[in-house]
Amino acid sequence: MSAALVLEQAFNGLQLGMILFLMAVGVTLAFGVMSLINLAHGSMLMLGAYFIAAAGTHITAYPLAFVAALLLTALCAVALEWLVMRPLYQRGHLDQVLATFGVSIAINEAVVMLWGREAVFVAPPEWLDGAVAITETVSYPLYRLAITAVAALAGLALWLLLAHSRLGMRIRAGAENGDIVGALGVNVRLLFCGVFVISSLLAALGGVMLGPLIAVQSGMGDPLLILALAVVVIGGVGSLKGALVASLAVGVIDTFGRMIWPQLLGDLLGNIVANGAVYLLMALVIAIRPTGLYGQHGN
Amino acid sequence: MPQRAGMPTQTRIILGVLLLAALIVPLLGQPYYTKLVSRMAIYAIAALSLDLLVGYAGLVSFGHAAFFGIGVYCAGLLPMVGIDQAWIIVPAAIACAALYGLFSGAVSLRASGLYFIFITLAFAEMMFYVAQGLRMFGGDDGFRLPRPTQLMAGLSLGNPVVLAYTMLVTLVIAIYVARRITGSHFGRVVIAARDNETKLRAIGLSPYPYRLTLYVIASALCAVAGVGFANLVEYASPASMSWVVSGEMLFMVILGSAATVIGPVLGAVVFVGLETVLSSLTEHWLFWLGLILVLRVLLLRHGLYGLLSGRGQR
Amino acid sequence: MSAQPEPLLELRGLVKRFGALVVTDGLSLSVAPGELHALIGPNGAGKSCLIAQVTGELTPDEGEVRLRGERINALSVPQRARRGLARAYQVPRLFGSLSAIENASVAEMARAGSGSRLWHAASDDRDLAIASLSALQRVGLGDIDNRVAAQLSHGEKRLLELAMGFAADPALLLLDEPLAGLGLADSAAMVELLRSLKGRYGILLVEHDVEAVFSLADRVSVLVGGRLIASGTPDEIKADANVRSAYLGEGGA
Repeated sequence: MSAALVLEQAFNGLQLGMILFLMAVGVTLAFGVMSLINLAHGSMLMLGAYFIAAAGTHITAYPLAFVAALLLTALCAVALEWLVMRPLYQRGHLDQVLATFGVSIAINEAVVMLWGREAVFVAPPEWLDGAVAITETVSYPLYRLAITAVAALAGLALWLLLAHSRLGMRIRAGAENGDIVGALGVNVRLLFCGVFVISSLLAALGGVMLGPLIAVQSGMGDPLLILALAVVVIGGVGSLKGALVASLAVGVIDTFGRMIWPQLLGDLLGNIVANGAVYLLMALVIAIRPTGLYGQHGN
Repeated sequence: MPQRAGMPTQTRIILGVLLLAALIVPLLGQPYYTKLVSRMAIYAIAALSLDLLVGYAGLVSFGHAAFFGIGVYCAGLLPMVGIDQAWIIVPAAIACAALYGLFSGAVSLRASGLYFIFITLAFAEMMFYVAQGLRMFGGDDGFRLPRPTQLMAGLSLGNPVVLAYTMLVTLVIAIYVARRITGSHFGRVVIAARDNETKLRAIGLSPYPYRLTLYVIASALCAVAGVGFANLVEYASPASMSWVVSGEMLFMVILGSAATVIGPVLGAVVFVGLETVLSSLTEHWLFWLGLILVLRVLLLRHGLYGLLSGRGQR
Repeated sequence: MSAQPEPLLELRGLVKRFGALVVTDGLSLSVAPGELHALIGPNGAGKSCLIAQVTGELTPDEGEVRLRGERINALSVPQRARRGLARAYQVPRLFGSLSAIENASVAEMARAGSGSRLWHAASDDRDLAIASLSALQRVGLGDIDNRVAAQLSHGEKRLLELAMGFAADPALLLLDEPLAGLGLADSAAMVELLRSLKGRYGILLVEHDVEAVFSLADRVSVLVGGRLIASGTPDEIKADANVRSAYLGEGGA
């Protein structure tokens, strides 16, 4: 394989990794702060993608459509938090898993009711058309480069928020020890709602940006959610650092695996190994460290 | 919480009425209703096997569909190499599921709580992708069953009536097996581990081998349901092991009330009934199903069986 | 102190740290067969941490834990339990959904190694029922055998936990504040029960009720800040000036 191809795949891997990071951080924050297991997280990514499609048909300026899509998702997240999530915080794992699974299948069907079963088309902004020459022989689509950059920026912004602001300090305290938040004299209801909206927005951001790249259809967020859950398991629940390291590792392993394994093992076996590689990595990590690479708690 | 006395009269009556109805329906000669009975019995077996984990052992597995799918694929793939007899297919499905249960259980049972849920889900997704990777067998789309599974003496599971009665007999056997296991010494240790793991260790028993054994048993039992399902829909596809199926199985367990043996059976019957009624009313029945699931969790604490036996709401 | 028989439990130079915090600081202690050795000390002295290091829930950073002369540092909690350690917790830990007799039966299964029987109904096992019931009767719970553990009174839970200890046929009982939270009558009954156990089991007793400790113990050790500041007969301890200033003076009965 050529160096150019390796470079291109590296960029693809980085892009998948960053999207997974946005998803995984949301999962980790929700569990860390509110002890909430949220299987409807993939639906938020999907809503982001549908909303950018819908906004795109009414608003021509991409930045405005972008903001509108995120705002719509935030509205949905607030409603969802208020109606379903809030009563769930004090419940056991089984109740949370089932209720959020119910939310997920309901939302997945709701988009079918609104937009139909066929995939919806999302146009990338025109000013991001074209490709960038990375070396003399390799060029890479500008749009893909841009979303990797935006995802990285969002990750960085979140990092700064958590590491350097008062709000961030409270969230981190909550993620490491849920009992502390109340003791800090924070309005817990507001904080929880805020964390849920932030985590939903991170997923929606991924969806908004993936819209032009993958088929926008019902259930599109679920495979990414499950991959992100594997990321959380590998990195360790509650750890931002773990989420980052594991996202990048999974992104790269998955992307390169799909190229390398079929060449090494032939089409059939190679495909199977490529599809299962991430989960085998997860199994390996758990066999050695049952709470992930950087995790402390999980009960 | 578990039913602790032997099977109460009420339970016997409910089971008896259900079984009687199930036995009569296939005689009416209406394939649609006969298949409905099969579907209920198949899901009841699957939910029963999942309840061994969720209800009795307190292990919330979100990946049980993997074992269902293994059964489906065994019933679908073995006829391609000329094997269509049930006495080979069923043991093969049990063996494959037990093996995958041993591997995935050995890893996931090292973790607990949230990790266990995510890991079981991930392992099922892995099976899903493996099935999807079988491109010569339709990949994502799956494939038609080349031949239904054959019982002895010319009886074929392709015949809806034969399938219905076979699955009913299997269900009765499964209920018997589940009751034997949960009432045994082993079952008591499993329940003790659910109630207080630390205490169990302190009196000298490590929960791990008990849980792993149960996990393997539940996996194998679910694969039997999968073989039945393949014959019911005459099709094998990755969709049979998607995370939605795992979620639906959990829904059946909780719908009926966990750790009661009869609960999941009732849950499966109601679920299939609900699915049938809703899907005849609207194309978008999944939306309403999701809503019902959310309401069930938020409003009702003890499941249908709890309601019936007067243990009521929260 | 004079020559003693080979100790049942022996702790040598135990050290346990959590970061900069030293909770056990070079502690050595022994319990002879049949001896009731009481451990007293103010809150936060590291008593529960010490028990946890004996049972295996915590691993000491330095030092040795020996049971009947065998070094057991590397053994897991279940392995140590099978070698004869039985523990009662400060807050009783039980199998809440199981009945009293079923709770005892799980301990009996652990002893007999019958927990792996998959097919035979546990409720039909006569030997198991007899052994479990006799464990309950030893603590006076013979008549509540069918009540669910979660619904027992606090005192009954305490006794049930002790019964589970007996069912496992232990050599050494580790009792973490068995009198805490008991009413006067229950408390007196528990003291009598403990007295009746002396001589049959080695007992390491952690207890705040100093009066009970002095009336029961063969030997008393005083733990302050992770260190033993005194060890001796109840009379020696009562007379010890260090102990009086460090502990008895401030929190004594």
